[in-house]
Amino acid sequence: MRAVIAVYVENKYGVLARVAGLFMRRGFNIDSLTVGETDDPAYSRMTIVINGDENVREQVMHQLMKLHNVKKVKLLEEGRAVERELLLVKVKNTPENRAEIMAAAEIYRAKIIDYTTASMCVEVTGEPSKIRAFIDVMRPLGIVEICRTGVVSLGRGTSIMDRSDI
Amino acid sequence: MQAEKNERMTGARIVIETLIEQGVTDVFGYPGGQVLNIYDELYLARDRINHVLTAHEQGASHAADGYSRVTGKVGVVIATSGPGATNLVTGIATAMLDSIPMVAITGNVPTGLIGRDSFQEVNITGITMPITKHNYFVSDVRELADTIREAFTIAKSGRPGPVLIDIPKDVQTAVTEFVPGGVSPFYEEAVVSEDDIERAAELINASERPYIYVGGGAAGHGMGEAIAKLAEKTDAYIGCTLMGLSALPDSCGRFLGMQGMHGHYASSMANGEADLIIALGVRFSDRATGNTAKYAKGAKIIQIDADQAEINKNVRVDVGLIGNIVDAFEKISQRCRAASHPEWRRTVEEFRAEERRTADAAEAASGDALTPRKIFDIINEMKDGDTVIATDVGQHQMWAAQYVSFERTRRFVSSGGLGTMGYGLGAAIGAAVASGDRTVLITGDGSFGMNCNELATAVSYNIPVVIVVMNNGVLGMVRQWQTLFYGKRYSNTVLGRKTDFVKLAEAFGAEGRRAETADEFRAAFAEGMAHGGPFLIDTYIDKDEFVLPMLPPGGSVDEMITSKEGLI
Ligand SMILES: Cc1ncc(C[n+]2csc(CCOP(=O)(O)OP(=O)(O)O)c2C)c(N)n1
Ligand SMILES: [Mg+2]
Repeated sequence: MRAVIAVYVENKYGVLARVAGLFMRRGFNIDSLTVGETDDPAYSRMTIVINGDENVREQVMHQLMKLHNVKKVKLLEEGRAVERELLLVKVKNTPENRAEIMAAAEIYRAKIIDYTTASMCVEVTGEPSKIRAFIDVMRPLGIVEICRTGVVSLGRGTSIMDRSDI
Repeated sequence: MQAEKNERMTGARIVIETLIEQGVTDVFGYPGGQVLNIYDELYLARDRINHVLTAHEQGASHAADGYSRVTGKVGVVIATSGPGATNLVTGIATAMLDSIPMVAITGNVPTGLIGRDSFQEVNITGITMPITKHNYFVSDVRELADTIREAFTIAKSGRPGPVLIDIPKDVQTAVTEFVPGGVSPFYEEAVVSEDDIERAAELINASERPYIYVGGGAAGHGMGEAIAKLAEKTDAYIGCTLMGLSALPDSCGRFLGMQGMHGHYASSMANGEADLIIALGVRFSDRATGNTAKYAKGAKIIQIDADQAEINKNVRVDVGLIGNIVDAFEKISQRCRAASHPEWRRTVEEFRAEERRTADAAEAASGDALTPRKIFDIINEMKDGDTVIATDVGQHQMWAAQYVSFERTRRFVSSGGLGTMGYGLGAAIGAAVASGDRTVLITGDGSFGMNCNELATAVSYNIPVVIVVMNNGVLGMVRQWQTLFYGKRYSNTVLGRKTDFVKLAEAFGAEGRRAETADEFRAAFAEGMAHGGPFLIDTYIDKDEFVLPMLPPGGSVDEMITSKEGLI
C-alpha cells in the first residue's frame, strides 16, 4: 500500500544520508523522496513515498523519529492532502508528431519550455497519475529523456506541519 | 588545573574540560597522530581524569562499554583517525545492539585535507551512521563544547546508545572561549497515558497465567524488588532475556531465569504457556522468540519500553506503553489486584521439577568429568553478590547465563545483541576499573584468542580479573550447530591449536593455572579470587558438551531439544 510521509528535518550536513541509510538498513522501499528548504532555512522538509502495509508504515515513522535530526514525522493520508509532482520530458520534434505534442500539452496544461528543430521539452505538473498518463501519451511520440521530481505534498486545510513546538 | 570562567582555550582542552564537566572520571583509548593534542591535554589533566591505555582500540571500546554496563554511566573511548577509528567499529556496534550509553571521540585529518584520501583519513561518521544513535563531525571549534554536551544527552536519554564525535585536528588546535556548563540533562520522556495504564492493569487482573518478562531496558533500573512484589501479588512468574540477567536476584522464588533459544526449560515453557506476557524493556529478538508466528500464541502482550519503535516491531502487542519504565510499572502495579492462580503455579512448578530432573540426570551421567555445571557451582560458591561476571560469546556464555546466580543488578556483562567474540576481556577490564573490584571473565578458547592482547592492559594496571578459559579445543557453539544441523561436518571449528594459555598469561606478566578436575579448578579459582591482579585459569571441558535446552533457530517451544541422547 502506498503511503506519503512528510518529514521535518534539521537542515544539516548528512541528514539526507541518515534518512536514506535508515531506509536501506531496515529494508524499507522508497518510491520517491524529495527534499527542500522550508521558510526557515534551519529546517528542510522531505516528502517520502513508500510502499508497505500498516506495520511497515508504523515502523518507518517510528524509526524516522529516532533520528536525532528528524523533528517531526507525519502521515499524509490520501484524500486529506494535496500532492504534486513535476515532470520534464524531452520528446523528438518531427513534422509528424509536432501537432500531437502541442495538443497533448494543451490538454494537460503543460508548458513547452524548450524548442529546437530536433526536440521539445515539456513541463507538466500534477498528481502522479496525471504525470504517468502524460508519459504514456508521449511514449509513442518518441521520448528522448525524462526527469521527475517525485511527489511533494501538503495536508489540506488545518492539517499543518510546521516548525512550531520542535 | 581547573578551567577559569570563560577562559580562551584550544579545542583539545575543551574536549577534556567538557568530559570532566560531564562527570567523566575514566576514559579508555589509544593515541595517534590526529589526537595528539587531546592526549597532550589528558597529560596535563591527569590528576583530574584517568586514562586507561589498552592494547587495541577494540579493547578500549569494549572497556568503555563494560564500564558503562556496571555503573550506568556513559562510557568514553578515544581513538585516532583512520585505523584507530575503524578499530572502534565492533565496539560501537556491540554497544548499539545492547543499548549501552557510550561516547566515542575520534580525531580526523585537518578540515583542509578531508575528502582527499589523506593519510589515515576515513569517513568515520559515514561508517558508523548505522551503528550509532547519532554522530557528529565538528567543523567549528565554537560548536565543540555544546556538541559534546548534546552527545552525552543523546547517549544516555531514552533508549541509551553510542554517539560518535569526529574532531578534525585543526578544530582541536583552534582557540575559542570556553563557557563552563554542568552535567547535560536527559531528554524529557514521553508521559505514559493513563488509558494505557488502565488497560494494562485490566489485562493483568484478567490474566490467569501471567509471566513478567524482563529485558535489558529494565535491568539496570533496580526494579528487581518491584517486579518480585508484583509477581507475588498477582501470582505471576518472572523470566528474562540475556540482557535482563542480574535484574532479579536468583533467590527470588518467582524467577525462572532466562528464556529463549538457550533459556531455562521452565522459563521458556512458562513463556509459551502464559496467557499474558508483561514485557519490560525487551525487543523480542529472534533468539528470544524463535518463530514469531508461533511465539506466545495464546498470550496477550503488554510491552513497556523507552523506544516507541519497539512496539509492534517484531511481535504484535495488545498494549504498548512508551515512557519511563519504572514509573509505568509502578503505576500499573498499583492498579493490580491480588490474585491466586493455583493451576498456573502447579503447571510452572511441574516445569521446574522437570528441568531439575533433566539437569540432575545429565549431571549424574557425567560422573567425575569436569562439566560446565560443576565449574559454575564452584564459581557461585566462591563469588559474592558484588562480583561482576563478564563473558565472551559461545557455549561458555550461555552456560554462564544459565548457571551463574546473581544477587545484584548490573553484575552481568555480556554481548547479547551483536554476540561479539573477543568482547570479554576488554569489557572485564572496563568493569573492574568501574567497580574497583574483581571481575570474573568466563571465556572460550576461541573468543579469548581474538583479543587476548588485552592481558597486557590488565597487567599494566594490575587489574583484578580472574579469567576462566573454558577450553574445549573447539568453536563449541558453532560445532553444536554442525552436530545438530550439518551432519557433524565439522568445517573449521576444531581449533586443535597448541596455544598454552598458562604460558601465554605468564608471558604477559599475569598468573596462570591449569585445571583438569573439579578439585584443581576449585583450588585455582580460590587462588585467583584472592589474587591482586590478572589471573588466568585454563580449564578443560569436553568438546561435545551441549548447551541445552535448545530451541532450533526459527523453531518454537514445541521443538525444544532438552537432551543430547541420540544426537551425538
Ligand atoms: C567476532 C565473531 N566471529 C564469529 C562469531 C560466530 N561464533 C559464535 S560462537 C562461536 C564459537 C566460540 O568459540 P569459543 O570462544 O571457543 O566458545 P565455545 O562455544 O567453545 O564455548 C563463533 C565462531 C561471533 N559470534 N563473533
Ligand atoms: Mg571453545
